[in-house]
Amino acid sequence: MAFLSAVSHKSDESEKKRSFLPYLLLLPGLVWLFFFFLMPILTLVSTSTKTPGLGIGEFDQTYRFANYWDAIVNSRGQFFRSFEYASIATIMALIIAYPLAYAIAFRSGRWKNVLLVLVVAPFFTSFILRTIAWKQILGGQGIGFKFLTWLHIISPQSHLTASAFAVVAGLTYNFLPFMTLPLYSSLERIDPRTMEASGDLYANAFTTFRKVTLPLSMPGVVAGTLLTFIPAAGDYVNAEILGNPQTKMIGNVINARYLQIVDYPTAAALSFTLMVAILIMVTLYIRKSGTEELV
Amino acid sequence: MVDASTSAHGDIKLSNLTKSFADFTAVDDLTLTIPEGSFFALLGPSGCGKTTTLRMIAGLEEPTAGSIFIGNTDITHMRPYKRPVNTVFQNYALFPHLSIFENVAFGLRRRGIKDVKEQVDKVLDLVELPHLAQRKPLQLSGGQQQRIAVARAIVNRPALLLLDEPLGALDLKLRRQMQIELKWIQTEIGLTFVHVTHDQEEAMTMADTIAVMNEGRIEQMGSPADLYDNPKTAFVANFLGQSNLIKGSIESNGSESLVVNLFGQKVAVPRARSSARDSSILVGIRPEKLRISPETSSASGNVLTGGIIEDVSYIGVSTQYQVLMPWGQELMVFEQNDDGVPPLDKGDRITLSWEPIFTFGLDGSEDANAGSELHNDEEE
Repeated sequence: MAFLSAVSHKSDESEKKRSFLPYLLLLPGLVWLFFFFLMPILTLVSTSTKTPGLGIGEFDQTYRFANYWDAIVNSRGQFFRSFEYASIATIMALIIAYPLAYAIAFRSGRWKNVLLVLVVAPFFTSFILRTIAWKQILGGQGIGFKFLTWLHIISPQSHLTASAFAVVAGLTYNFLPFMTLPLYSSLERIDPRTMEASGDLYANAFTTFRKVTLPLSMPGVVAGTLLTFIPAAGDYVNAEILGNPQTKMIGNVINARYLQIVDYPTAAALSFTLMVAILIMVTLYIRKSGTEELV
Repeated sequence: MVDASTSAHGDIKLSNLTKSFADFTAVDDLTLTIPEGSFFALLGPSGCGKTTTLRMIAGLEEPTAGSIFIGNTDITHMRPYKRPVNTVFQNYALFPHLSIFENVAFGLRRRGIKDVKEQVDKVLDLVELPHLAQRKPLQLSGGQQQRIAVARAIVNRPALLLLDEPLGALDLKLRRQMQIELKWIQTEIGLTFVHVTHDQEEAMTMADTIAVMNEGRIEQMGSPADLYDNPKTAFVANFLGQSNLIKGSIESNGSESLVVNLFGQKVAVPRARSSARDSSILVGIRPEKLRISPETSSASGNVLTGGIIEDVSYIGVSTQYQVLMPWGQELMVFEQNDDGVPPLDKGDRITLSWEPIFTFGLDGSEDANAGSELHNDEEE
């Protein structure tokens, strides 16, 4: 009996130690989140309700929530355009990335790693440089432009740069790896035997894709579309470099408000609104695609 | 479009079936007939071509040459989804995103069958898992997943059911139980089963006919008892159970039996049980057929003297002896512990004897160790 109680006492002690350890391990992350996520958000929210003070760049806290209303009303066109461009770019990226990821996952054999490196390779050069390169490619002397005129898809008199087309093309290109990699990793995880089993059970190639491959790759589709849509919706570089005044996105407005007009409250209100809007859309999307039980 | 799935039936005939990959031939000119309604096992070590053969029948692998018929229907180049063949895959390959019910219903829905619910319920009853219909595959145990994989295949009433190492992932006890259940299901529904395995015990327990495969060819085909009692090659003699194979030369050739000289001692081999092509012969005897007795006592039948016990393992129902013969070879003896005599000891000088009728003869040019090192080989 004494022996038993001694043992249970000992395990109690180690239990206590063990239950304390996870919090200790979480601590660095929590500290990081506090200083670099929670604090900035709170600063952002508090800035968003300020009004201009005496000097330039000085603002007083007046809890003016009408800042939000003003900001949204003035920039609603850019808001909708951002979501529109980001949606189109996401769909385009999905259409391009799915066959690519599928080929890498199932058909590439020993070239698999090389192809994966090629998908990531553009990241080795700067985002800005790559976007400027598209300006060249789509410009009147660029190979992209010449190729499209050669195919008679566009006339030599037309122009592709400084257009909505160029902005969406830039967004699609820049976020393509964010779509391809999650798709690849979720396709690669599928047991090829489940596809064979589908064929064995009277499903042709198309039905196998529709009933087995696509549903099993849904976690990748959801992750890829989120990773593309979220940064694309907030992006301003593509619209800045490849667009014109009529293709401004919400990112450009925030950028201008903050750096050029030095109107911090409006920039903060727009940023926070964008964040909340994306959060709501993402939540609805995940609910709808019902992937919680899949992953 | 999927008419073949109902119309084609009959014996399965593989003719000169060959599958070559870039650097090796997996299946080499295979010809065999699988009778309708039989439980047929393709048995062999990993890499012997048995799985490739199965995949060619399923349509998952294109044969390099040869043909596959079910009855009079040529299915050699038919798409897998058009074949009246279903497969129970190794590791089951259940659809993880679908419920058990939908997994089983998959084939029926693809063929546009009407009474899906009724048929699925019936087959889930057959495998005794109707209460799991709404679960997902990953919520099931290995044994349950295995039964669902069988249910998903047999619900389609294929002309032929292929089983690719179906019990490999289960533990020993569950495997034994599933062996009996699979055999029962096969008898119950009367489909033709082709079962691929590297486990000789599994093949012997379930199959009516076993084809032993080695290096892309069939070594020997027959009933389990026939293969065990009359092996025709050293590979079969060693891969199915254990054998003592002793090199010798035929001295005289009688009408009933051969007299063989084994390192100076003469034994009789029934003529009908010998597949020796010339005077060089491998004399085979199963370890449990050997009797072991002290050197001093007399022995009848075929007798080999001069053995020394090297090792004794007492295993309850039997005792295993390892005996060193005068010519340097070690022989295995399994002795039932049913005579009340205490086991002999290590170092004892003994005489081995057996009924001549149990002796088999193999061609002397064969490698006496072929297949023995693969005996307990596990796939993958």
